[in-house]
Amino acid sequence: MTVLTDTAAPGTPAPVFYVADEHEHPEGSSTYLGFWIYVMSDCLIFACLFAAFGVLGGNYAAGPAPKDVFELPIVAVNTAMLLLSSITYGFAMLAMDRNKVGSTLGWLVVTALFGAAFVGIELHEFAGLIHEGATPQRSAFLSSFFTLVGTHGLHVTSGLVWMVVLMVQVATKGLIQANKRRLLCLSMFWHFLDVVWIGVFTFVYLLGMLR
Amino acid sequence: MSLDAHALEEPDHAHHDDGPPHGTLQSYLIGFGLSVVLTAIPFWLIMSGVIANKAVAAVTVMAFAFVQIIVHVIYFLHVDFKSERGWTIMTFLFTVIILFITLSGSLWVMYHLTSNMAPTTAVMRQMP
Amino acid sequence: MNPTLQKEIFGRLTLDAIPYHEPILIVTFLGVAVGGLAVLGAITYLRAWGYLWKDWFTSVDHKKIGVMYIVLAVVMLLRGFADALMMRMQQALASDGGQGYLPAHHYDQIFTAHGVIMIFFVAMPFVTGLINLVMPLQIGARDVSFPFLNSFSFWMTVAGAVLTMISLFVGEYARTGWLAYPPLSEAAYSADAGVDYYIWGLQIAGIGTLLSGINMICTIVKLRAPGMTLMRMPVFTWTALCTNILIVAAFPVLTAVLALLSLDRYLGFNFFSNDFGGNPMMYVNLIWIWGHPEVYILILPAFGVFSEVTATFAGKSLFGYTSMVYATLVITILSYLVWLHHFFTMGSGSSVNSFFGITTMIISIPTGAKMFNWLFTMYRGRIRFEVPMMWTIAFMLTFVLGGMTGVMLAVPPADFVLHNSLFLIAHFHNVIIGGVLFGMFAGVNYWFPKAFGFKLDPFWGKMSFWFWVSGFYFAFMPLYVLGFMGVTRRLRVIDDPSLHIWFLIAAFGAVLIFIGIASFLVQIAVSFKNREALADTTGDPWNGRTLEWSTSSPPPAYNFAFTPVVHEIDAWWDMKQHGYVRPLTGFKPIHMPKNTAAGLILAAFATIFGFAMIWHIWWLAIGSFAAAIATGIAHTFNYHRDFYIPADDVARTESERTQALSAKA
Repeated sequence: MTVLTDTAAPGTPAPVFYVADEHEHPEGSSTYLGFWIYVMSDCLIFACLFAAFGVLGGNYAAGPAPKDVFELPIVAVNTAMLLLSSITYGFAMLAMDRNKVGSTLGWLVVTALFGAAFVGIELHEFAGLIHEGATPQRSAFLSSFFTLVGTHGLHVTSGLVWMVVLMVQVATKGLIQANKRRLLCLSMFWHFLDVVWIGVFTFVYLLGMLR
Repeated sequence: MSLDAHALEEPDHAHHDDGPPHGTLQSYLIGFGLSVVLTAIPFWLIMSGVIANKAVAAVTVMAFAFVQIIVHVIYFLHVDFKSERGWTIMTFLFTVIILFITLSGSLWVMYHLTSNMAPTTAVMRQMP
Repeated sequence: MNPTLQKEIFGRLTLDAIPYHEPILIVTFLGVAVGGLAVLGAITYLRAWGYLWKDWFTSVDHKKIGVMYIVLAVVMLLRGFADALMMRMQQALASDGGQGYLPAHHYDQIFTAHGVIMIFFVAMPFVTGLINLVMPLQIGARDVSFPFLNSFSFWMTVAGAVLTMISLFVGEYARTGWLAYPPLSEAAYSADAGVDYYIWGLQIAGIGTLLSGINMICTIVKLRAPGMTLMRMPVFTWTALCTNILIVAAFPVLTAVLALLSLDRYLGFNFFSNDFGGNPMMYVNLIWIWGHPEVYILILPAFGVFSEVTATFAGKSLFGYTSMVYATLVITILSYLVWLHHFFTMGSGSSVNSFFGITTMIISIPTGAKMFNWLFTMYRGRIRFEVPMMWTIAFMLTFVLGGMTGVMLAVPPADFVLHNSLFLIAHFHNVIIGGVLFGMFAGVNYWFPKAFGFKLDPFWGKMSFWFWVSGFYFAFMPLYVLGFMGVTRRLRVIDDPSLHIWFLIAAFGAVLIFIGIASFLVQIAVSFKNREALADTTGDPWNGRTLEWSTSSPPPAYNFAFTPVVHEIDAWWDMKQHGYVRPLTGFKPIHMPKNTAAGLILAAFATIFGFAMIWHIWWLAIGSFAAAIATGIAHTFNYHRDFYIPADDVARTESERTQALSAKA
């Protein structure tokens, strides 16, 4: 063996080179970090949609402008739905910490109802816009508006599907470790959607009214 | 990489944490209260039109959004310096940097393109 | 049949979509069909289906997934290279007054497919495959953080490749260039299925890439062996970490921008259209925010490979480990700040152009630092000129050249002259072939014995090396010259016959590369035939320095019978210096993930979904999407995804290795 750069000082006692006990990474120990990184990557999808709205949001193409189509009271109600669903999900988490299956499920149902209300109100808003002729095809502003808000709505919808699946799993298997982990991941997802919504109501609706 | 470098140094071993830090009833209620206030004020500002100057109104509303996002990140997403040995906040800050680059870069670049090339945005607004 | 009904059932897919009027495609199809049937027949004859299904297709073992990624990359390399050869022939034939042999409709598809396939289905799977194969072994882990996700990611990449390949025989591929710039890629100008093949192929493969990025980051963060601090990670693992950070931070942008393009195409939105306020430049801006980090996603792991290879074959620890790590991190961040240099000429002001020009030039500094680190590692080392080392030296010479032309292109005024010319083509092939591809070949020659237990034949390796390297210079140096003369890219016919000779030289270079690729395939076949003679029983054929060489070749399913403890950067070297003795007793049961077909099934539904979306077969799209979601949800109801390898099995495997080692001694 040719040794040019010998790092070992000769004569030192051999250090330990392996773990005699099988040490286990507890199952799912990477899940929180992994899901968090996924959420961060999802942030960047929204970043692109915000960027598209920022660049194209002023191009009305002689069509309706934000002032013509947005109704802030509806947006305020919708925001309230999402905020309430956030706190009720928090209550579900607290119930989960105390290992109360019934109370966890109860709060999840409440959360899902608020979430469903949010999606319902948003669909109602979209239907109204399309009915008025403010369709996403009408202008780049409307294209980017529908896409940004709609993508957020789609995320909430998939969060609802996930919540229903988890309710079934918690109801059948109980609050086992794997289910708790999943509930925590959904919690991250749900609160992340709140954060995105703050950006949406500020940059799209409130600032849109100032244009 | 200087951030909490020591915690990041050693790989994750013999840890038996049960996930990310949990909220307490108190922290959830504080977060909720703050976010209600931080949502209500900007809505009221815009809907009532108290600030006549549009630029001032816009900056104020954005400032509220900024604070509210931080409130949510701390009280609902429970991002802190300790969870996952600092990797949570590291990835979060990295994402914020990339977000900033993507958003501000796109706006800057596209503003320049639009202003250097016909038709300008003002014209575009009226063009079918 | 009733046309409405036919439209309901088949969407816009008709028999006309089969290109039976194009002789080239018919011959290709026959070739693929005969070859495919031969392979399927051979598998059936050898009764290998069960083995393939059980041990490979449904495997969640990172080593097998890594190997499958690389097989995918090599298969797609053949397709991508066939495209390249056809383009070189066309330009050689059509620069002397003739029209060549390819109609424009076909030629435009070829240059698009070549670019897309080489980046997404050759370079990406090669890089991901190598990371999968090596990185968990280097950090002393049993598997990746999410083994099922890993299998799913791989099959999604395959699904994207399959969709791209289907376009060859059903319908057509995009005729837009590899980034599908609008407004050309909008429905108004590219109404056929080509761009849709492009979109869905990339979206589906992109999901796989993103998830695999998350998986690898978690693996590196969470599963390192005790004692392996961040600053003791092998450089390849560092570059793998940075590459995957880039993947996670860049691929969502691609997903978003392609989604916006599909909204334009499918629902008539106006993001990138020419009217109703759309702005095509926004697409260019967004796609390069992904596109520039993408090239660093490809090159960083290659830098990692060269670092490992140089240190091993110079017999020294890497010079300037810390600076190497920081250079990698600086490149990671800087790669987000340069995207505009891809469209200097598109009307930005001088302030924007100078900012991005300067950041681009700055990025060459950490890269240059790396180059010096490799040189100083070799300095006064006792270099063994094995095949991986040869690729490394060729890389250093070639990549410096490509880097310098890159800095030239970073100067905005120079870029106004060279933009979209063959100079640019020569530049990026110079860095991608000279950097990424040479790196991957170095990596394959270096780690092949680890994956399979026998070395690759050096003679055919050297054949492949010399033909590739000389072929590269013959093929691309003329393009630099042509670029200076003002020849633009993607030309089907060249009017000036005085340029003919340069295209002939380039075509000759492509033929040399063809021999290089053929030699690589021969190398694998010959090595397989002589595997007894080339066998490596030690597990450490190169006198390596990092942990992957401490276990057997091929490693057992559990990688390490006992989790190693790390004290130095070159962990295995350190162990050898201290007279490390392999433990022979005291084995414990080992916790491992179970194999599953769920990833493959999900990807199969994704392929069907993509195909249905491309051809507007809505019922099938809805059905396959629902099926994929249902499969995914059903999979979450499976709570028993792991098992224990009994201690007796571990003991048996390890004692076999002990015998093999003593037989050698």
